[in-house]
Amino acid sequence: MSDERHTERTQTVTQIITPPRPEPQVSSEPSTDPQSATTTPPALAPELAPQNAAARQVRVEGLRAFYGDREQLKGIDLEFEPNQVTAIIGPSGCGKSTLVRCINRMHEEIPGARAEGRVLLDGYDVYDPDVDVVAVRRAIGMVFQRPNPFPTMSIFDNVASGLRLTGRRRDLDRKVEQALRGAGLWDEVSDRLSAPGIGLSGGQQQRLCIARSLAVDPEVILMDEPCSALDPIATLKVEELIAELKQRVTIVIVTHNMQQAARVADRTVFMLDGELVEVGPTNEIFTNPRDTRTEEYVTGKFG
Amino acid sequence: MSAVAPAAPGAQPNPFVSDTHLRRRRLRSRAMEVLALIATLIAVAVLGLVIVSVAVKGASAISFNLLFHSERPFGEAGGGIANAIVGTVILVALASAMAVPVGILVGLYTSQFAGSRGASIVRFALDILNGVPTIVTGIFIFALIVYGKAQSGWAGSIALAIIMLPIVARSAHEVLALVPTDLREASLALGVARWRTALRIIVPTAGSGLITGALLAVARVAGETAPLLLTSSIFATTVGTSPTTALASIPVRIFQLTETPSPQEHAQAWAAALLLIVFVLLLNVLARTLFGRSNKRSKATR
Repeated sequence: MSDERHTERTQTVTQIITPPRPEPQVSSEPSTDPQSATTTPPALAPELAPQNAAARQVRVEGLRAFYGDREQLKGIDLEFEPNQVTAIIGPSGCGKSTLVRCINRMHEEIPGARAEGRVLLDGYDVYDPDVDVVAVRRAIGMVFQRPNPFPTMSIFDNVASGLRLTGRRRDLDRKVEQALRGAGLWDEVSDRLSAPGIGLSGGQQQRLCIARSLAVDPEVILMDEPCSALDPIATLKVEELIAELKQRVTIVIVTHNMQQAARVADRTVFMLDGELVEVGPTNEIFTNPRDTRTEEYVTGKFG
Repeated sequence: MSAVAPAAPGAQPNPFVSDTHLRRRRLRSRAMEVLALIATLIAVAVLGLVIVSVAVKGASAISFNLLFHSERPFGEAGGGIANAIVGTVILVALASAMAVPVGILVGLYTSQFAGSRGASIVRFALDILNGVPTIVTGIFIFALIVYGKAQSGWAGSIALAIIMLPIVARSAHEVLALVPTDLREASLALGVARWRTALRIIVPTAGSGLITGALLAVARVAGETAPLLLTSSIFATTVGTSPTTALASIPVRIFQLTETPSPQEHAQAWAAALLLIVFVLLLNVLARTLFGRSNKRSKATR
């Protein structure tokens, strides 16, 4: 990926998700107060012109996943549309997390775990034997259940970690600021970027983790119950963030909370016992499900 | 008195009053507690006695001469153990430079890369290596490096490194395995390669725990005598710093000083022993402090 392309896209995103705020000229010093910096209206810079977002379509074909001999996913066929939020709901142990972990090939990091089938990112199979998992994961970011900032690193270093550790050290200050703005955290932490990341509140830590995954410029973001460890207010902030982020990336979110699925998702997938039961527009799944099992689950009759 | 009213106290024997059986059980329980306490006191007292007796006998012989002068040639009075102090520092530093990086890499392998079967085989092997008597390690290095050539600081420090390696590797495994899987997955999900995740995320997170393990290993080998007797004991009376020649060391010097009939030299041996024991104690205290800090950190991530 050329550096130029990065620049353009991240600028665009900042512009999209923070429309009312005058866009400050990003200075090379991360701790500089944005107000004191020269402000440039986005329209003046040609490279800031709106662009096609880089979100990609994810297509899952005949995906089966195993833990040792146990089959956790029994053949899933599914599409995740670009620039949409797709929620995966279902009772515990139905394979929701396994499904998202198969998309960026994190599933295979668990000893004894393996997957069969295809996961296509804009038509390219991430399970192709020639594919490097590292490249796959750079394109498909992930946010975990519990906020997990790196405990030895500052706020800045946490966000920069993905770039630094994958050898992209240029223009770090600007990219870190953009990722923090993209995660709606910049205003809260811009004056203490060198403070430890684990000193933040739980909700801020989770947004820090979102900023960390945004910084490497993924095309898809997988969220595995990102709000299950957060209080309602922090949850609300993350949900608002998800709504903004989908203009830039494709989002897949696993959730136990059906209200959350109803609030954030364009489409919802209902899974049961490792199988896909129903997929459709969120309001249809919740108001007019075709399958009785879906109906029973969303109305709280089981699960 | 109506039939439903509770029985007045004393009307019936209280069923919770202990009978002979219960009383015997309580006595037995009490006896076990006292026994355990006595055993603990004995263990602590042994440590206290060792430290106190070494301190009492050694303190009087600690002097400027002892610390900063080297030994006198055979037969002359006076002199110190400066050559042994310098030698120990060099031997232990060289051994650490060899054993600590290798040990941490072994710990990384067993905790991050090896499957559970491979890891348990390696850890079993490390336990066996840890159990090898140090004189055997000394003979091994003697046969391998010294025999037919000459003793050297290198030979001594390699022997010490072999003794350190399993200690460092085991403790590294323990602290690296404590690093939450979340952090590893977070890094991998950013597209960071596995080895880079291990070196840049997992090792720093376990940092002070790793240093603790290394310090304890240093404390352990600083007092090793047997392997050095075979590999680095025929040393000059002057301060030597080149590991290509045999280097003096505090433990070997203590042994030599006790072999002589001279009371002054016996006193020097006690002083050297005091020096060694203080050094080891300090290392242990430092290691504990650091480990407390690393525990706090891994709790903070929870």
